[in-house]
Amino acid sequence: MGLFIIRRLGVMLLTALCLTFVVFFLTNLQPNLEKLAKTEASMRMSDEQVVSWLENRGYNRNVFIKYGEWLGVVPGYVIEDDEGNVRGRCIPSGGTVEDASTFCGVFQGYWGFSTVFKDGVWEIVTVRLGLTAWLMFYVMLVMVPGALIIGVLAGMREGSKLDRSLSTVSILTTATPEYVSGVVFIAIFTSSAVGLKWFNGSATSATDDITFVNFTLPVMTIALYGMGYIARMTRASMTEVMTAQYIRTARLKGVSFRNIVMRHALRNALIAPFTVIMLQFPWLLNGVVIVETLFNYKGFGWTLVQAAGNNDIELLLGVSVVSVFVVLITQLISDIGYVFLNPRIRIS
Amino acid sequence: MDNLTWTGSLGTILDPILFILVTILAISIVVQIIMSLFVEAPTLQSNPDGSLIARGGAYGLVSKVTNWSFLGTVAVLAAYLIGGVVMPYGSAGIVGAMAKQFLPVWIALIVTYALSIYYKRRLGLYGKLFDSTVGMIGFGLVMFWVFTAIFAGVFDLIATHDPLAQEAVMKNKVPGTYIRGAEDEGLWPHYLLGGDNLARDNFSRMIHGSWVVVRIAPLATMFAFMVGITLGLPAGYYGGKLDTFLSFLANLILAFPVILLFYLLVTPEMTQTGLPSFMAAVLFLFPIIFVTVLVNSRFHTQPPKRNIILGAALFVMVWLYLSLISQPVTVIDFLPASMDLFNIPGGILVVFVSVVFVNSPTVFRIVRGLAMDIKTRDYVAAAQTRGEGPWYIMLWEILPNARGPLIVDFCLRIGYTTILLGTLGFFGLGLPPESPDWGSTINEGRRLLQIYIHPVLPPALALLSLVLGLNLLADGLREESLKD
Repeated sequence: MGLFIIRRLGVMLLTALCLTFVVFFLTNLQPNLEKLAKTEASMRMSDEQVVSWLENRGYNRNVFIKYGEWLGVVPGYVIEDDEGNVRGRCIPSGGTVEDASTFCGVFQGYWGFSTVFKDGVWEIVTVRLGLTAWLMFYVMLVMVPGALIIGVLAGMREGSKLDRSLSTVSILTTATPEYVSGVVFIAIFTSSAVGLKWFNGSATSATDDITFVNFTLPVMTIALYGMGYIARMTRASMTEVMTAQYIRTARLKGVSFRNIVMRHALRNALIAPFTVIMLQFPWLLNGVVIVETLFNYKGFGWTLVQAAGNNDIELLLGVSVVSVFVVLITQLISDIGYVFLNPRIRIS
Repeated sequence: MDNLTWTGSLGTILDPILFILVTILAISIVVQIIMSLFVEAPTLQSNPDGSLIARGGAYGLVSKVTNWSFLGTVAVLAAYLIGGVVMPYGSAGIVGAMAKQFLPVWIALIVTYALSIYYKRRLGLYGKLFDSTVGMIGFGLVMFWVFTAIFAGVFDLIATHDPLAQEAVMKNKVPGTYIRGAEDEGLWPHYLLGGDNLARDNFSRMIHGSWVVVRIAPLATMFAFMVGITLGLPAGYYGGKLDTFLSFLANLILAFPVILLFYLLVTPEMTQTGLPSFMAAVLFLFPIIFVTVLVNSRFHTQPPKRNIILGAALFVMVWLYLSLISQPVTVIDFLPASMDLFNIPGGILVVFVSVVFVNSPTVFRIVRGLAMDIKTRDYVAAAQTRGEGPWYIMLWEILPNARGPLIVDFCLRIGYTTILLGTLGFFGLGLPPESPDWGSTINEGRRLLQIYIHPVLPPALALLSLVLGLNLLADGLREESLKD
């Protein structure tokens, strides 16, 4: 088990390195840098000005060296331009060359500086991630119990009316992407055309104070899309358990149906959905990006869109490191959890 | 001419009936579900004379009410459509006018269903689909949009206006608004589903949006399958280092958040660098490799026959491939214009490539898993003993036996691709901003959503119904293929 985890961690690090390099490479392509220069300095720069702007800030160098600098394994650049201004990657703002350390990168805990928000990447990412964590928390609170209840109710009597109605509902929710259910919710519950106006169409105010009125729609929008999938997996697992030999034995012993479901079937039926729930996290990340854009909730997904839209290289790298680790860690937890939950594997 | 109401003169009779029936239906379903938790399900009792009776009781009564009110609702809905088609324009309201516009689609659907049901015993898995209600509903929804797309995109039939044309007076007008002076200009007299913020016709935009999806989604999914199968079969069959390497690559792409990848790949700057063109050159190579290996592994013992088939197939495919990847103004531009069959706009190509790129790793994982499972079967061992080559075994022994799950996944994946296309439109990536595709329309309309809901709901519901149809179709196919 220990060796397994160590190997998985090794693969995880390798994946993260590869992925950040891909992001780094794509954001550092020449047209992207030119766009960055023009948005940062001035839209009406001539081509030579763009080149010198990029030169002076160390952008026009080998991509591997720049990546090494970002990681913190290559000394940070120090460049003096024609007017005698000295710029360096590791020079703190307002400081001089003497203050600068040789290496400054992720390994030294320096995540870079965001060109859009004019703030350190680490500070932005942690604050935004905190906001998104609240969103995720409420989504999980709604989605997991909801999906498990739907799945168990549908799976306990396969083919019954209840099963068919609930299965239809879960297919319907998996077929509704967030940007469809989101706009339908906004149209029904917030617009003046329908006139219900129960909730807020924007979750901006939820950054300071989460209330039922401003947070219900974003949470429901994300939860609904994931719910159908988990419910279908739970249903499949439940129907499989309900046809098992030991359930028939229990029924022949005269155990009541309620007790069979609650005490005999439920525990075994919930092993498979656990892995599915953990593997849903990467999908939730997608949902979070869409919903935060739609409801204007300035969390992690919103930051991703801003960073990507403005080619904010270091913020984008920070964001992708975090999201890649979320994906890989949930995969690891789902594998380990599966082993612990399943007695057949645990004991052998 | 006046503005249209939703159901016109038909509505005065049918609307109250529909309302009552739907209420009864909803109540009876809820009652039935609550009762099923407490009351034993009705059982069939066999009589000594061999006949069966259903012991109904209260539960049976409610279930009868559900069935009849459901049938009644369907009948009323059909009456709206038939009334709309039969009655003169305008008297059956917006619903009737739309039903009339969709007439070619109705005819095509009826013909498809009649032929398919008549010949269903000879049509294999496709015919079996018509044994399952869920599958039939799903297939109906999918074919509705496919026919709509073809009639609108190829024959220019269903849409009432040009999806890009603007009528200044119609800005944000509600559904059924009459265009003043439309007859003089030879325009359709109404905006059936209202106008959007740029005064374009919502109905026509929704119709033309289906053509964007139907052109891209199935083809992109097919390419993703070609890539996934060509790489997944050897990974599953050989295992070892090759499998480790390819799986690592697939997991690498899967670990990327899809939207981040789209934001990195689908930008005008990225099209300038030519990266999408190179990716297209690599990804579109896979179908050629696939067909070559497929034909060669089957006919390599009969060289003359192989050469003829392979030569013909390769000639067509390589020409298509070259004219596909060779685009004027981009990095790859080598084919003289006289030989270049067609050009794809850069925006569409990059959307296509990135959708294929995102989908292939998942297909790879599915195919790899199936291949690992099937390679332990006896018929594979028999083929190995016969001395068949590895590629013959992979493509002619393993692949046909993995078709069931692959066909089901293909349907689901077209739905997922549709969602991805909508996501791209929603973030305003790739497709031109005035494009009538559903995602872009939703994105445009959401800014004024709190005041005007009519520009957003049609594309949203259209996308929902198409994806739902594909999901139901996949469900029906899975059910029927499991029965074998």
